[in-house]
Amino acid sequence: MNKTTELFAPGHRGCAGCCDALAAKFMLKAVGENCIVVTPTGCLEVFSTPFPESAWNVPWIHSLFENTAAVASGIEAALKALGRKNDTKIMAIGGDGATIDIGIRGLSGAFERGHDFTYVCVDNEAYMNTGVQRSGGTPFAATTTTTPAGKASFGNLRPKKNMPQIMLAHGSPYVATTSIAYPKDMMRKVKKATEITGPTYVHVHAPCTTGWGFDGSKTIELGRLAVQTALWPMMEIENGDITGVHKIRNKRPVEEYLKAQKRFKHLFSIPDGAEIIKKIQELADWNADQYDL
Amino acid sequence: MSSKLCIGGIVEPGSTVINKTGSWRTFKPIYHHEKCIKCGICELSCPESCIIKTEDGYYEIDYDYCKGCGICSNECPRETIEMVLEEK
Amino acid sequence: MSKLTVVEGSYAVAHAAKVCRPDVIPAYPITPQTHIVEELSQFAANGEIGACEYITVESEFSAISALIGASAAGARTYSATTSQGLALMHEVLFNASGMRLPLVMTVANRAMSAPLSIWNDHQDSIAQRDTGWIQLYAEDPQEAADMTPQVYKICEDSKIMLPAMACFDGFILTHVYEPVVLLEQDLTDEFLPPFAPEHILDPSNPKTFGAFADPSIYSEFRYMQELGMSAALKKIETVADEFNEIYGRYYGGLIDGYYLDDAEIVLVAMGSVIGTIKDVLDELRAEGKKVGLLKIRSFRPFPTDAIRNAVKNAAIIVPLDKSISIGKYEGALCTEIKASLYNTKIDIPVLGYMFGHGGRDIPPERIKKIVSEAEKAIVNGITIESSYADLREELL
Repeated sequence: MNKTTELFAPGHRGCAGCCDALAAKFMLKAVGENCIVVTPTGCLEVFSTPFPESAWNVPWIHSLFENTAAVASGIEAALKALGRKNDTKIMAIGGDGATIDIGIRGLSGAFERGHDFTYVCVDNEAYMNTGVQRSGGTPFAATTTTTPAGKASFGNLRPKKNMPQIMLAHGSPYVATTSIAYPKDMMRKVKKATEITGPTYVHVHAPCTTGWGFDGSKTIELGRLAVQTALWPMMEIENGDITGVHKIRNKRPVEEYLKAQKRFKHLFSIPDGAEIIKKIQELADWNADQYDL
Repeated sequence: MSSKLCIGGIVEPGSTVINKTGSWRTFKPIYHHEKCIKCGICELSCPESCIIKTEDGYYEIDYDYCKGCGICSNECPRETIEMVLEEK
Repeated sequence: MSKLTVVEGSYAVAHAAKVCRPDVIPAYPITPQTHIVEELSQFAANGEIGACEYITVESEFSAISALIGASAAGARTYSATTSQGLALMHEVLFNASGMRLPLVMTVANRAMSAPLSIWNDHQDSIAQRDTGWIQLYAEDPQEAADMTPQVYKICEDSKIMLPAMACFDGFILTHVYEPVVLLEQDLTDEFLPPFAPEHILDPSNPKTFGAFADPSIYSEFRYMQELGMSAALKKIETVADEFNEIYGRYYGGLIDGYYLDDAEIVLVAMGSVIGTIKDVLDELRAEGKKVGLLKIRSFRPFPTDAIRNAVKNAAIIVPLDKSISIGKYEGALCTEIKASLYNTKIDIPVLGYMFGHGGRDIPPERIKKIVSEAEKAIVNGITIESSYADLREELL
């Protein structure tokens, strides 16, 4: 007999220590049962809804990979037209690939049109469902199965696409960054996002045990390190102004974060590894300086 | 699973509970309640939602679903939860 | 007697969509569909479609995706598209039919690029034949308008629950001004009951839509779609009759015939060319030629039994296609008619022609020439099974 009261039910097929399962749990905990969730194709979708089972205790729909925001906008329009919108929250939960890469057209359109919904990007920085291929969310110098390190490459050559800034440019009244390593921060921001009228965006950093190469017990620890190194700044931006920044008490060197993951392991053995680590440190320092972390 | 398929493949909510993921486990978390400060971090940190608060304010694990990831043990500020190799 | 109004074909269809009381209309403009969605957005702006939400999506891909969300949430939906827009929707078309959402979409048939062409043929919707959508083809603006409430009634049937395309020829029918009866609201309310799906996205009864299926269960869902199509075969006929009872107009159910009963030469066609063919047949019948027309109204579900029954006494069958399967060198009607006759005792030659691609005009003389070729083929047999009837050989 299942004893939990959580809206995201156990029995799902997420890996032991899964970041997406944590993200889904926190989001539903924050928003409650009066919501409708849209999820694109991806790990979260596959491990939570193998027919005839579903981990979702709220109404939930998966259509395709790249149309999540458009599906959400149709739901919102329907609830309005049918007089059923009331306090029902519409929440789209997409991975980095679905959000940053293949789904960005529909997401941009839905935000520009101003639908009343919240889009949450759970960013584990690669296409994990298909076997850890590079996405626009993959960080600089990380190896993935399509950006392997080799004699002619140190891994992913480009930095992460700055998705929160893109969503901010749409005039969204609320854009926030958070991490599954800070459940209370994440739940507060997701709840706030759903309570603000209009298209709101929350970008959640989510370390993937399988894709990044670390022990499943360290999922939250890795997320914390990303924040403590300033590689993942957590903030809130309301009506275009930064209104809250998560301050770092003891800033840690990026090596601590990089060393803990297989995807950055090569940086500690290749000839120009130290130089690349220095560049990553510069990215972190820029964040710390830019956002006064 | 009903004997007849629902048109369009509609599924009932929360129905993954029939899938007892506890069988995946290699290491089993064991509580040492004498160290527990009842902070609830373990419960919050569980990706399976299988850590349950008991009436006396401590926490227990629903081993039907616990995959043994060890996040609870890793996150516990008082080393209350020990991961033990499970003999099956 | 219903009042005739001279309006553009697009207006007639937009007006028909309006009286079906859609809740959500996501649409993206594309020639030659634009006038339909412009008229609808004006109706919505005037408050003439109740609380209907008109969504100005950023692509056809999002148009159909928003339809999926809206329909799953319990809304009656409408959209219109064509050609490149329909092709952009391709992936989502499968998704909508697999999720058994009864979306209704008007397709203003247009050729596919490259070369770029904004003019009419049937390549766009024919290319979507296997996506699990019902496809009906109208021959004139009145039929296109009347088809709109009919497809809602067909696809929202609980035994069917499949999306539908109401197809009518771009420019030829979308932009023509003709006297039509604009559908009356009271009659449409009598004809078409409100949309009341069994399952919707609703927090008070939370269901999961769009789970994934492993190999042990996938084929059964496909087969259930086929059962829906089988149910549609019957429903298309009964809905056409019900429409006739309430509005007094009838265009056939799955198929229709013109001089078909004693025809030796049976032309088979869909869409606006039907009108031209009917005029030609009036002339040829006056000359004593036994030529008839089989109008295909439902391309999906394909009315195999009805076709067998309709052509069984012919001497030759002549499918006329505004589409081509490149690499097979024949159009979709030709292929499917031939397939329908195989494994039966019907042994009638099939002589296929393709014409009117990319908007090329189909004058009556071309139909007459095809008929005379068919007459020769009855005597001499078929040498070429399928060919273009209007190829400009001098350019090749």
